[in-house]
Amino acid sequence: MSDVRPRIRLPRSAKAGDVVEVKTLISHNMETGLRRDGSGEVIPRQIINRFTCEYAGKTVIDMDLQPAISANPYVEFDVKVEGSGDFVFTWYDDNGEVYTETQSFEVG
Amino acid sequence: MLTRRDTMALGLGAAAVTLVPGMASASAVDEAIAAFTGGASVSEGGVTITAPEIAENGNTVPVEVDAPGAVAILLLAAGNPTPGVATFNFSEGAGSQRAATRIRLGGTQDVVAVAKMPDGSFQQAALEVKVTIGGCGG
Repeated sequence: MSDVRPRIRLPRSAKAGDVVEVKTLISHNMETGLRRDGSGEVIPRQIINRFTCEYAGKTVIDMDLQPAISANPYVEFDVKVEGSGDFVFTWYDDNGEVYTETQSFEVG
Repeated sequence: MLTRRDTMALGLGAAAVTLVPGMASASAVDEAIAAFTGGASVSEGGVTITAPEIAENGNTVPVEVDAPGAVAILLLAAGNPTPGVATFNFSEGAGSQRAATRIRLGGTQDVVAVAKMPDGSFQQAALEVKVTIGGCGG
């Protein structure tokens, strides 16, 4: 898939020790493998099967996804920020591709 | 000779048979929970599921799970062709044991969440979501 594009929303600012809400979305069909095309052939499954987030070198969340997750998978969760660091978001596709997005975050 | 009543009964039987394969059976849900818990007993409560009471579009139903202190939360849709939806594993960097996502629901059904606590115990909750237009396949 060529149109896979991650989008991340982080708060504008945070203080050390704050818990911040992170919203992530990646454009992806999440093809379930249950649908058939016009000629009756099963469309093979192709989903994002795993998503992880790391902050400042620490794992925050590691999620397994099944075909029952909607297209363009959206995940929202909370992160404790002790200091400035990099967010690393990683999505794993059934086809073996791995999409990574890195964003640095300043804690003031 | 077939009476009208026999014909109706046959039709109902056929309808029941064709309906069943599209739904996850109770045992599929139990199996998914057992695979997650390793067969340990599960108590009620300790997990909060937030979802709309009525979802107009089953293709994208917002669901949030929250289980303070949990190390992992298993999310299931009891009435989908396969019940598995997602598993959230929370690590040291997590600011809470809460996550929100959007899921596909094939019809009105229970959404089930099972939380694994740090002491190895398990807690679960279920919430019915009414779906106006199902979200499975074309």
